[in-house]
Amino acid sequence: MDAERFLAALRDAGLGDRVLRSESQLAAFGSDALTAFHQRPLAVVMIESADEVATVVRLCHEHEMPFVARGSGTSLSGGSLPVEGGIVIALNRLNRVLSVDPDARLAVVEPGAINLAVSAAAAPHGLAYAPDPSSQSVCTIGGNLAFNSGGAHCLKHGMTANHILGLRVVLPDGETVELGGESTEHVGPDWTGLFCGCEGLFGIAVEATLRLVPVPESVRTALAVFDSLERAGDAVAAIVGAGLVPVAMEIMDALAIEAAEASVKPGYPKGEALLIVELEGEEEVVEHELAAVEALLREAGCGEMRTTADPGERALIWKGRKSAFSAVGWLSPDYIVQDGVVPRTRLGEALREIDRLSAERGIRVANVFHAGDGNLHPLILFDGREDGAVERAEELAADILALCVDLGGSITGEHGVGVEKRDYMKLMFSPDDLGLMEDVRAAVDPERLANRGKMLIPPAVTA
Amino acid sequence: MSALVATTAAEVQEAVREGDGPLIPMAGGTHTATLPDQDGPARALDVSGLAGVVEYDPAELTFTARPGTPLAEIDEILSDHGQHLPFDPPRLGARGTLGGAVAAGVTGPGGFAAGIRDFVVGVRFVDGTGRLAMGGGKVVKNAAGFDLPKLMVGSLGRLGVIVELSMKVFPRPAATATVRFPAAGLATGLATIATLARGPIPVSALDLDSDGAITARIAGDGALIDGRAMRLAHSVQPGGQPLVGDAEAALWDEARRFAWVPSDARLVVVPLAPRRVVALDQELGRLGIERRYGLAANVAWIAWPTAAPVADLSDLLAARALSGVVLTGGPVAEPLLGAASGGAFARRIAGALDPAGVFVGGRR
Repeated sequence: MDAERFLAALRDAGLGDRVLRSESQLAAFGSDALTAFHQRPLAVVMIESADEVATVVRLCHEHEMPFVARGSGTSLSGGSLPVEGGIVIALNRLNRVLSVDPDARLAVVEPGAINLAVSAAAAPHGLAYAPDPSSQSVCTIGGNLAFNSGGAHCLKHGMTANHILGLRVVLPDGETVELGGESTEHVGPDWTGLFCGCEGLFGIAVEATLRLVPVPESVRTALAVFDSLERAGDAVAAIVGAGLVPVAMEIMDALAIEAAEASVKPGYPKGEALLIVELEGEEEVVEHELAAVEALLREAGCGEMRTTADPGERALIWKGRKSAFSAVGWLSPDYIVQDGVVPRTRLGEALREIDRLSAERGIRVANVFHAGDGNLHPLILFDGREDGAVERAEELAADILALCVDLGGSITGEHGVGVEKRDYMKLMFSPDDLGLMEDVRAAVDPERLANRGKMLIPPAVTA
Repeated sequence: MSALVATTAAEVQEAVREGDGPLIPMAGGTHTATLPDQDGPARALDVSGLAGVVEYDPAELTFTARPGTPLAEIDEILSDHGQHLPFDPPRLGARGTLGGAVAAGVTGPGGFAAGIRDFVVGVRFVDGTGRLAMGGGKVVKNAAGFDLPKLMVGSLGRLGVIVELSMKVFPRPAATATVRFPAAGLATGLATIATLARGPIPVSALDLDSDGAITARIAGDGALIDGRAMRLAHSVQPGGQPLVGDAEAALWDEARRFAWVPSDARLVVVPLAPRRVVALDQELGRLGIERRYGLAANVAWIAWPTAAPVADLSDLLAARALSGVVLTGGPVAEPLLGAASGGAFARRIAGALDPAGVFVGGRR
């Protein structure tokens, strides 16, 4: 790898005027939303077409130059952290919604398209793009599919991979291939499904065919407070047990509620735990199910309960919930956003144990979680200026992940492994499992140029 | 050639490591097109004895089972707890298994908006080197590692032998209703399908005949179902007629068994976009082939005569950049038809999981 020769090759390819090299330009790309990590790339290339992606990747391959694709840099696992001395391929300008087919309920988009822009383009047809990560107003479809992003409404609609039907992909040697197609069905192995969630290790998606869903006729959101997280958790179990599938079921604890009130002021009712339940569908069915949910919440011993169909009120409820991570910044100078999954029947047990660990270490933890599918987001609060505080917070984060695996869950539900959780993969997977993943990765990218250092620990480091 | 038999994961590993010659995993044997030819070089690796539900807590809405577990057994256990497989896998014989359903990767008529690829959350499998590995997990939400569970959907035993599956399930609706819309030509039928599929009433099945007749199914609470069926019937012009009584359940039972496919024809499944239906239908009509369209015209189900070469259908599909899979009618050399998907990506992944080419099911 010769940096100067590589940069000369970029210039020869006619990309010279879109290569960023100055310190101030590179600083903006040194980290993503996992700000604890920082690397200085050699250069950032601002891409404007799929062909340019293939050109740059081919040059990277020829010069053995590691590259990292990047959209808006909202990864919470360090997924778009640059490789020191490598290239960042910035896809923000490749951001068009190319077409919407209302009859087939499909949209074809470029990877830099903003998540919410897809729903905006589909809205005139009564359609929407379902996956809704909290960062949906800025995050891109390319990042969403690379990390198989989730969101509050995945309970009913499923993760990003379920909504990606076809892809055009530039492989790590610059070859372009087509995966999947325009149908909800496929034949042969689900190559599209495998590419989703690959964390960039299989290359760069330059075009994606997305499944759209009808905008529901009716949406009702219920808020209920409980005097303990456990009771709120019991209410969730009762709703699932009654055969209801709400589109979202979210719980926030007192500290998370306090943070939300301090920042976006959603006006939540006060209590130890807040449960948000959202139902959507035909008006008559939603009214019927809402009555059942209200009865179950009362039976579970809720305090104040509110329900609303008003779009403004609903938007504020979700703004409070979706800004919970950043809102914690009002309560603490630093925090770690954790992402783990437990079987939903073991939520109560998990929360008791997190509470115990928090008290034992004297570290405050705010809890926000997608209760319907057991996806926890403990927010570990600390002050980085205190000696050893970062290390203590990281230890607690590690213990929480180990707890999730012990209870039969996962080290990540929707943020991905990235650089943050590579060391924890061995908690979930055997050496053979990891060996197989590494073999698959090496078959696609023998030089390990594509997003090197994410998800899997390179064999050289292991040895 | 006689089948190898494996009843444990260790026996599968042994068979892969020591079995001389190419292998095709099988269990119930209902996907007869994917079985090894009697006179061919490939041997069947029979995992029908690798059966049974390993773990099922209804409150989790997930279960874990071995591949040879009959679908009928899973249906019964789930039904006892008010749950079901929402992707409604085709029931092509009493012996059909969970492993076969996932390896075929085909969603049945009742799985509109609930495709099989969205319900496999974990897999344990033996690769071509005899290595036992797992991907995914047992929880419904999981982003750790490559999504190998999805990769196995439709793999036809090409990439490994599945030895355990973790699946997501949904509550079983208390009631169902069906509305039939009369034939008004294929183009009108497709327009009506598009209207219904993005309308306010979520449907669980949306079938289309080549004459444009439509059959739609809804599910939900018993108290509301009749009113909702009437609303659905009147939501497009000309309106439809609700189908009532035992005939309603019988219709969908026949549909998932593909009872309409003649005994001298093979069932071939062809995914496609709705706008591709008219051209394909004209061609199949010209050849006198029976066919239906399902999942809101996202798939064509074709009854291809056993006497006709499948290569002809493969050419027909390839010319339209379509792909298909042959499920029944006895062994065919290459059950995947038409255009290939995945290119170099597919070749490299297959090369990593099966470097010596032990698995030949679904190879092309």
